Formats: sequence, C-alpha cells, structure tokens
Amino acid sequence: MAKKILIVGGGLAGTIIANGLCRQLGKELRANEVTITVIGNNEQHMYQPGLLYVPFGRIREKDLFRDQRSVLDRRVIFHVDPATKIDISTKSVATESGTTHEYDYLVLATGSRLRPDTVPGMAEGAHWFYDLDGARKMREALEGFDGGKIVVNVNAPHKCPVAPLEITFMLRDYLQERGLGDKTEITYTYPIGRLHALEPVANWTQPEFDKAGIKYETFFNTKSIDVEKKVISSEEESDIEYDLLVTIPPHHGSQVITDSDLGAGGWVPTERETLLHEGTTDVFVCGDTTNIPISKAGSTAHFEADTIIDNLSSLVTEGRMARKYDGKVFCFVETGMNQGTYVWFNYTTPPNPGAPSQMVHWFKLAYNRLYWLSARGLL
Amino acid sequence: MSERTTIDARGAFCPGPLMELIATLKLVEIGDEIDVLSSDKGSAIDIPAWVEKVKHEMVGIEEEGDFWHIVVRKIK
Repeated sequence: MAKKILIVGGGLAGTIIANGLCRQLGKELRANEVTITVIGNNEQHMYQPGLLYVPFGRIREKDLFRDQRSVLDRRVIFHVDPATKIDISTKSVATESGTTHEYDYLVLATGSRLRPDTVPGMAEGAHWFYDLDGARKMREALEGFDGGKIVVNVNAPHKCPVAPLEITFMLRDYLQERGLGDKTEITYTYPIGRLHALEPVANWTQPEFDKAGIKYETFFNTKSIDVEKKVISSEEESDIEYDLLVTIPPHHGSQVITDSDLGAGGWVPTERETLLHEGTTDVFVCGDTTNIPISKAGSTAHFEADTIIDNLSSLVTEGRMARKYDGKVFCFVETGMNQGTYVWFNYTTPPNPGAPSQMVHWFKLAYNRLYWLSARGLL
Repeated sequence: MSERTTIDARGAFCPGPLMELIATLKLVEIGDEIDVLSSDKGSAIDIPAWVEKVKHEMVGIEEEGDFWHIVVRKIK
C-alpha cells in the first residue's frame, strides 16, 4: 500500500514541499510506494511580495501569477478543492467538493488571511496592498491623491514584517517624484515601542524617518476608524487624522484550521524544531500556519519547507527524522525606489542588517523573477 | 472559568514577545491570562509598561534561569 502524503495548501510552503518531496522520493514515486497530493484553493499561484509594487504601478499584474499546475512537479497530484475539515484523529481531510482524502502524513500549509473586518471602520475606511484587490484600490487612491495627510498603520499580527517600512519609504519616493513631497505628511504607526519588531531595523529606521521627514507614533494598536471624520484611534487613546489611510490589517490563520479546532485564530500549535503539530508524529505545519513566534514571511516558509522535506523523506524511507529547524529567517528590505538591504537571523543569532545599497535593491528585483525557481524547488 | 495561554517567545527576535502578546490578547477571552516566556530582559520592562498604558492587568513577573515569565490578564 502506497504511503499517502497530503499537503493542504498550494501557496509557497505547500508548493516547495511538494516539489522537494518529488526530488527526494523519486525512486519511491516510480515504484508507487508513495503518493504526493496537494489540495489548494486556486488554479493560479500568486507571487505575494510583488503586491508591494502594484500601488505604484511598478509591476504588471500578470507577472504576479503562474498557473499552479506549471509550478508543481508533474508527479504531484493537484486538486483545486479547498479543504473544509481536517480530522487528525481519523487521518482524513474533507473538501468543498465532498471528497475525503486520507493520509499517512499530513502537511498543513494553509497560510494566513487579512481580517480588516475585526477593527471597526477598517474595511470601509482604509487601503491596503496585501491582496490584489486592495493593492489595485490603493493604486487608484494614490493616483487621485493630490497631497494631505497619509497614515501608514501597522497591526499585529501580520506577515512580511518589513513590508510596512518598505511601503512607507516607497510612498515617500513616489510622492516626491510626483512633486507632492512638500504637500504631504506621512505618519507611520506601530504596535510596540519602536518602529520595527527587529531592534536593529528599528534603530536604523528612526534616523532615516527623521531625515525623510516621516512622522511616527509607537505603541499604537488600532481600536477603531471613524470613516466620516477620517480619524484613526488607538487602544492607547491616541487619535490621528488622515486624508489617506494605508493599513496592514491584522491577520488570522485559515478558516479551515479554526473550523477543525486545530488552533486559536487559525494558528496551529507547532513544535519549533520538528515543525510537527504539537502532540502528533505525522502532522507537519509550515509557513504562516504555525503559531511559532517568528516572522510570517516567505523565507520562513522556505527554510521550514526545506526541513520538512528532509524529515518527511527520511520518515518515509528510513522511519526517522533527519534534522531540526533552526529558526532561520531572511528578509530583503526595500529602503526606497532604488536602494535596499537585507537581514537574517535564527533562534540563536540576532539580526544585523547592513547598509542599504543599490546592488541589494537590484538583487531583490532579480528575486522577483527567481521566486518561481524557488517555488519549483530549484533555488 | 478563566484560562491561561503560554507564549514561548524565547529567542524570538521578530516579531518578539510584546507583539506576540498583543496578537494573542485579541484571541483570548476577558479574564484569561497569558504567560509570556521571554529571554529578552527588555520584555520585563516593555510589557508591563504597555499593559499599564492600555489598562490590562499585570499578574506577575518571575525570573527563571535565563528567561522571564511575564503573566498578563486581559480585562477589557
């Protein structure tokens, strides 16, 4: 009887794992000793980091997408059929079409989703760029913007922790290019007592913001937005007026995780080194889906995926785990339209970003293309 | 009956213990407690300062070896 590996989620994490398993389990796949199945929500795979460029018209929308089937190894069985219930006691996953998939090993890679609806006024009054529809609306709003107060408002939890800084620097450059620099005031708000979760990044950002004339308010956790008066209010009892509000909405995990009682908020309790769902030996969790207190970012998903590929292959072929995840995260940081830097860290090594340069910016632009090799497991 | 949730944020450089606490407070019920485990000594200062600012309640701070337990109760 073939061992069934079932991957729930066709985003970056699920895709890298499926492709990586095909590479490592080629012999077993040929001998029909194992099957690798992905159940996803979409025919299309979206390059999410590209959304950052959409509000400024700096990327063609079609360049954000590839056919998911073309990104997956041809040996992967792929269904567009969203999971509706995951039952780890019976080792089965039910889907929207009424199908039930049984598994020997399960990978949960269901990702995260935006929840602007959890803050009064946010869905109606704010713009965001973390999904395509939002990024298009933000592009329209920016095109019609002729100066005034812009608030960039960051909420917890959210994925891609550097994107809020990037959008702020890019907004500054964009508005200056349009001759609106002197007519615009940008205020950035952040939930904790500094400008970024990573202390060295926060220390670097503050003088950069000062130099660029970007105002900021820390300890700002959004309570509500008065859409009529155009005022955003915080739990810390601060009010800020705006003409254009750009927000990073709070995120939740996937609905199917909540519906399956696998974790509060849709985040699955996960052992930080094995990436196994706590209390299990056959359910791996990857990417945004985990409750591990590290960055929700594509690179996190990638490094976790590499660990899961090695461990799952080893379990199938030798009945043992191969290695531990060390908590590695790597992030590019766009510090304007023409400059960038990067930062990496793990559970034991603190982050230490270098000085921004044009070369790193170019490398990030190159990575916008190289991503597809990464998803295919070639990079 | 109130419940206690533990966040093991030891060695978590990003988003860090306070951000994890803020995110978790949105998910628990009023009256529930959150025990934040942090190896960053700054958390023992930052977290109580923020908790006081937003009017939740500090239950206690305890140093255990090379990390801290910082227990917070959600009260609104």
